[in-house]
Amino acid sequence: MNVITAENLTKSFGSFTAVDHISFEVAQGEIFGFLGANGAGKTTAIRMLCGLSKPTSGKGFVAGFDIRKQPEPIKANIGYLSQKFALYEDLKVWENIRLYAGIYGIPEKEIGRKTDEILQRLGFENEKNVLVKALPLGWKQKLSFSVAIVHDPRIVFLDEPTSGVDPATRRQFWELIYDAADRGITVFVTTHYMDEAEYCNRVSIMVDGRIQALDTPKNLKQQFDAKNMDQVFHQLARKSKLNGE
Amino acid sequence: MLKYLLEKEFKQFMRSKFLPKFVIIFPFIALAIFPLAVNFSINNINLSVVDNSHSPYSSRLIRKVASSGYFRLMETADNYQEALKSVELDHSDVVLEIPPRFEEDLVNTRKAGVMISANTVNGMKGGLGSAYLAGIINDFSQEVREDWIAPAGRTVTPAFNIVPEYKYNPHLSYTVFMIPAIMIMMLAMICGFIPALNIVGEKENGTMEQMNVTPVNKFNFILSKLIPHWIIGFIALTICFFVAWLFYRLVPVGHYYTIYLFASVFVLAFSGFGLVISNYANTIQQAMFMMFFVVMSFVFLSGLYTPVASMPDWAQFVSNFSPLKYMIQVLRQVYLKGSGFSEMVHQFIALSAFAVFFNGWAVYSYRKRS
Repeated sequence: MNVITAENLTKSFGSFTAVDHISFEVAQGEIFGFLGANGAGKTTAIRMLCGLSKPTSGKGFVAGFDIRKQPEPIKANIGYLSQKFALYEDLKVWENIRLYAGIYGIPEKEIGRKTDEILQRLGFENEKNVLVKALPLGWKQKLSFSVAIVHDPRIVFLDEPTSGVDPATRRQFWELIYDAADRGITVFVTTHYMDEAEYCNRVSIMVDGRIQALDTPKNLKQQFDAKNMDQVFHQLARKSKLNGE
Repeated sequence: MLKYLLEKEFKQFMRSKFLPKFVIIFPFIALAIFPLAVNFSINNINLSVVDNSHSPYSSRLIRKVASSGYFRLMETADNYQEALKSVELDHSDVVLEIPPRFEEDLVNTRKAGVMISANTVNGMKGGLGSAYLAGIINDFSQEVREDWIAPAGRTVTPAFNIVPEYKYNPHLSYTVFMIPAIMIMMLAMICGFIPALNIVGEKENGTMEQMNVTPVNKFNFILSKLIPHWIIGFIALTICFFVAWLFYRLVPVGHYYTIYLFASVFVLAFSGFGLVISNYANTIQQAMFMMFFVVMSFVFLSGLYTPVASMPDWAQFVSNFSPLKYMIQVLRQVYLKGSGFSEMVHQFIALSAFAVFFNGWAVYSYRKRS
């Protein structure tokens, strides 16, 4: 069953077309890698799917709802982790969890249990009362991810969740992603790390607002006759008009 | 949902290093120091006297001037040139020159002239100084006339004797005039600016975007910003009432609840204004600039410093668009005259109109989706 469907989705800002007629489907429980160089239009596409930005043309359905007409029910069914770190730095770890749990309508008496569960999964039991601004970046990102899925959404959108994070923490982060996928949460993730692309079930590569390739990492490597995803990406990114190189 | 958002706002407020202290300390500082510093009542005018007459009458006049309380006799100069030099050096503000034939003229012709020259670089001080001085000299001539006629056995009452009686602010104290206005400025800051800056801050941090992908609707989000600041604003206003009583023994002639009633409409209007700005500004810097510009205009046209009635016609017209004007009127009237609601319906309607206008604009200009 598909939880995300995009049909010719397009977004223009004036004469510039950031996202140009993209179409794809993502199935329930899948880890979908959404790759592309800087400025390829990934964030714009994600913002449309999350109901933050209205498409110029084309259709999109997320968790069964029309992104054009029903942005509000979509928001109850997704989690979103933006490029910018977005927890409240002046709140404690448990207070951030409580806030988002409350917002998503988790009943008061379950919030405490949920909080403990998250802290335990992250190994943050001792940091419960620490202000978020005192945490290292990698820890913050792991916490943000857990907060983004506090309400067990059907889909979670991750926009470059691991940029600037050290390799060890990146690894732990992907363990969290697999853990979420095991629980049936569909993961839609953008990244610049091609080793991470290999962890995805399927990968799309965007160049100048268009999807140039979409398949499993294994098939893509075969198709482009490449040893790894890095080479696949380079072959495609070279075609970009935006790139001066 | 609102409950969790409010919980968050209060925690953030209490945890902030600056805001809780600001709300407590600002009313004290603003009310204890401002009205004393920003004072337009004129005294301590420095006076330089050139007495060319050296007669009993001239020294009597000088004594009268010096003991009036408005003037400080800085020096007695030998001639006018010397006195003028003292003005140039900024030692004196006003020069009183008594001509050589002062006493003779007075006795012989019953008429004598003196010259008053005022430094009007500070126009207010120079103007008022010469007016006070003229008043004192007038008094003096009255005295002299009575002296001459009294021995002749007739009781003399002057034809006219005008004694002004000042209503509502009998001592013409500028402090009493300023305090209500300062209270309003503070209320505008706490309830209008701080929530707006807070919202723009969330935009800057990216937490706003995070909120936008949750089911939190805009109405709840804004309420969660406004309610805490309304509460805090009213606490600060109450502190102001207390400080005004503590330092100046100033209590309203009217009722506190009249003030609270008008203040809540005013606060609603100013919060709306803050929201409009928060919708257009993407960074705190932008928001600050916009507020600074608009508030400067509001303040200058509000009658806070200069009475609206003494502005040119076009400015009086423009001043109708400053919400501060109405609220300052209300507070001054309640504090000094004891006006009640029925005397201020006009202000109530104006403030309500501002509240509807700004909040309508805020709703219109807000877009959760781009």
